[in-house]
Amino acid sequence: MIKVKINGQEQSWDGDPDLPLLWFLRDEAGLTGTKFGCGQALCGACTVIVDKEAVRSCITSINDVAGREVTTIEGLHPNGDHPVQKAWRQVNVPQCGFCQAGQIMQAAALLMENPKPSHDQIREAMSGNICRCGCYQRIENAVHLASTGV
Amino acid sequence: MNFIDNPRKLRGFENNIRVEKISRRSILKGLGITGGFVLAAPVMSRPALAAYETGAGKMPHGVVVDPRVFVAVAPDGTVTILAHRSEMGTGVRTSLPLIVAEEMEADWSRVKVQQAHGDEVKFGNQDTDGSRSTRHYLIPMRQIGASARTMLEQAAAKRWNVPATEVKAVNHEVVHSASGRKLGFGELAADAAKESVPAIEGLKLKDPKDFRYLGKGQVGIVDLHDITTGKARYGADVRLPGMKYAVIARPPVTGGTLVKFEPEAALNVPGVEKVMKVQGWPWPSKFQPLGGVAVIARNTGAAIKGRDALKLTWDDGANGKYDSVAYRKELEEASRKPGLVVRQEGDADTALKSADKVVVGEYYLPHLAHVSMEPPVAVADVKGDKAEIWAPVQSPGGTREDVAKTLGIPEGNVTVNVTLLGGGFGRKSKCDFALEAALLSKELGAPVKVQWTREDDLHHDFLHTVSVERIEAGLDKSGKVIAWRHRSVAPTIASTFAAGAKHAAPFELGMGLVDMPFEIANISCENPEAAAFTRIGWFRSVSNIPRAFAVQSMVGEIAHATGRDQKETLLALIGSPRIVKPAVKDMWNYGEPYDSYPIDTARLRKVVELVAEKGEWGRQVPKGHGLGIAVHRSFVSYIATIVEVAVDEKGKLSVPRVDTAIDCGTYVNPERIASQIEGAAIMGLSLAKYGAVTFKDGKVEQKNFDDFQVIRIDESPGVTNVYIVPPGLDTPPSGVGEPGVPPFAPALMNAIFAATGKRIRSLPLGKQLEI
Repeated sequence: MIKVKINGQEQSWDGDPDLPLLWFLRDEAGLTGTKFGCGQALCGACTVIVDKEAVRSCITSINDVAGREVTTIEGLHPNGDHPVQKAWRQVNVPQCGFCQAGQIMQAAALLMENPKPSHDQIREAMSGNICRCGCYQRIENAVHLASTGV
Repeated sequence: MNFIDNPRKLRGFENNIRVEKISRRSILKGLGITGGFVLAAPVMSRPALAAYETGAGKMPHGVVVDPRVFVAVAPDGTVTILAHRSEMGTGVRTSLPLIVAEEMEADWSRVKVQQAHGDEVKFGNQDTDGSRSTRHYLIPMRQIGASARTMLEQAAAKRWNVPATEVKAVNHEVVHSASGRKLGFGELAADAAKESVPAIEGLKLKDPKDFRYLGKGQVGIVDLHDITTGKARYGADVRLPGMKYAVIARPPVTGGTLVKFEPEAALNVPGVEKVMKVQGWPWPSKFQPLGGVAVIARNTGAAIKGRDALKLTWDDGANGKYDSVAYRKELEEASRKPGLVVRQEGDADTALKSADKVVVGEYYLPHLAHVSMEPPVAVADVKGDKAEIWAPVQSPGGTREDVAKTLGIPEGNVTVNVTLLGGGFGRKSKCDFALEAALLSKELGAPVKVQWTREDDLHHDFLHTVSVERIEAGLDKSGKVIAWRHRSVAPTIASTFAAGAKHAAPFELGMGLVDMPFEIANISCENPEAAAFTRIGWFRSVSNIPRAFAVQSMVGEIAHATGRDQKETLLALIGSPRIVKPAVKDMWNYGEPYDSYPIDTARLRKVVELVAEKGEWGRQVPKGHGLGIAVHRSFVSYIATIVEVAVDEKGKLSVPRVDTAIDCGTYVNPERIASQIEGAAIMGLSLAKYGAVTFKDGKVEQKNFDDFQVIRIDESPGVTNVYIVPPGLDTPPSGVGEPGVPPFAPALMNAIFAATGKRIRSLPLGKQLEI
């Protein structure tokens, strides 16, 4: 039995220990905010925070996070008012919105590690997250806004 | 009116968009509001009294203008407005209901948007493609709103026993100013519902100077909060009790068939419950499934692992030899020989022979995949002769028809619920994934979700075509272009519907080939044959991508050949301000009547001049930098782009700045126009730098985002500025979702030429600049 804390709640799994965390979250735990985009850690749509680090849940097995604390977009802030979320809304970042949970989690992890990232640091940290709609200019502006106070 | 009046709401990008000199009066004026009476709409069989007509009435099932279908007012005052088009990122799910709310004087904060299911008899056409939602629905949505408002006003007048002319709806209530009485929309809801729906011809539309929402760009999309909190529901997020998860192995070659399969190893994967065949249709079969083998499991992860363990034997069929390297040579050879003449003015052959100089360019653009961030996915629940679908589809009405046909049940027994689309770009106009889910659910007797992986998406897309565009431009001694021959060779989308189609369909010819707007005496446009060996489909802006790339690159080549400035060369080719009338019988004009939407070179020139002014054309740029410009009319909008590139000593490309001017006529939401144009620059840069799907032995060679790359944030433009031309009087609305894409690649290549002296005629750029 694998035990993992997700958004503060203890969850357990006695199926395939190799099951990617992504599919545990989406299909078994019903937390569909985390998205599937590539399955190969190439697009970042599935990004969640494990302890304090951004990870790609599509290549992270449920076993890898046993006993650790996973935060998904649903658990980032109780009212959805994390500075990154607020900044995202203020800048009107999303188009289709599908990649945005991953982008937001990546940005939140970046700001935990580096509260005042530079232009280049934002671009580097966010470069693993693809947005096919092309919201990059606004993502950059929103991360900057979140880091300077929403 | 100018939305930079309130920059706080637009923090973060207010410096990057400007609406040029929009006065309160200019916007939306001329939409039939002279004298306070509507000039009506292009409604199905009703007489068109409009200031302009659109092609909306000619779309399948036309337009429905009925407030009882689209609007509901609850006793608590909540106004629910239906969105009948699909949301894939353009903002249409907000924009169309916003038009209704504006016209009915509803307070947007008390409006709820509800997504309509697929039912074109009830809602009118629902195909969310062709960049036509706003241009077809601006007036009908206004009429729906005005009808609802009129009914509320009539109900209030009856309640107070005063003439209806004495009352007025203002911000969610109806007011009788003479007596100071007021009634909220909620209080009037029950009575208003009993009022008869007013005739369209007599409706009084709001004076645009009273608009609170339209044209202002200060209303965020309705899903904004849900998107940022993970609550927004896409196709993949639908969960039903007892639902199974399916992943399908499809024939690796289009038209291939299953010979045999060994399910044992898959069945041994924990969580896998069943392995079953999926019915396939012979190619080409429109949007019918390709067939294959499905693995059914308790979650998607197990289904994917199970599929990996399947042992499969395929017969590749007739397309097993498709090879992109060899096929390119065929296209090139075809482009060098005469082909079907699709536009002829003057005598291009003779003029080319007598020209002082002939500039020749042969431009190649490979297949492109849509790769929307959400791969195709659908949920189906089929019970007996009834089916319910939940899917991210651009064509809910078409999906309903196709599900009914595929299952052999009446269309009325099929419900198609439209979720949010995690990107569409034309891929989700084809409902094959929903049909797969329906077939599996029927056989399993349980709800099923079919999830495509990214590899499935790349291997079984309806790809953008592959093309060679060859242009020969004949110049006289003064450098004036006197002859133009453009041969366009590419497999046609028609090949997905009819076996053996080898010539472009009229709608493909009309996307940048026969509608070429230059003022040249001798023009020949030709379309040599090209056979298809895979599924070809619509990709955002379709044939405009290769045509604009070729035509606008050729402008740069002519500028170089004559030693003149790119922009001046471009304006000289566009020529005098006029309505262009190509010698093409029944030329396809994006489905629009030519009178409403002609090729107007004054507007084409205007966007070139606007972008040149705002984008500081001709400015001094550092060493290694270059500027390029391109303009293109598509989806009846006019767009010009300037790209600045920087190429370092190793040949590494970056894009410090992009400027784009768009004339899309009358518009609803400038903030979403800006986001579409910003995104189009990213998609344009993606396809120009990396875009290529290639075939070997009939199979797609790319698998995922590592070998089908798209632009990431660290290589995105430093800044993208968007300038919107204010609409003139009577300027009908035109497309926004697609037309930003075509001018980007040629502007980029013209800029690269300016920076390096290298002319890139073969896309993608890849490593062509690397030293």
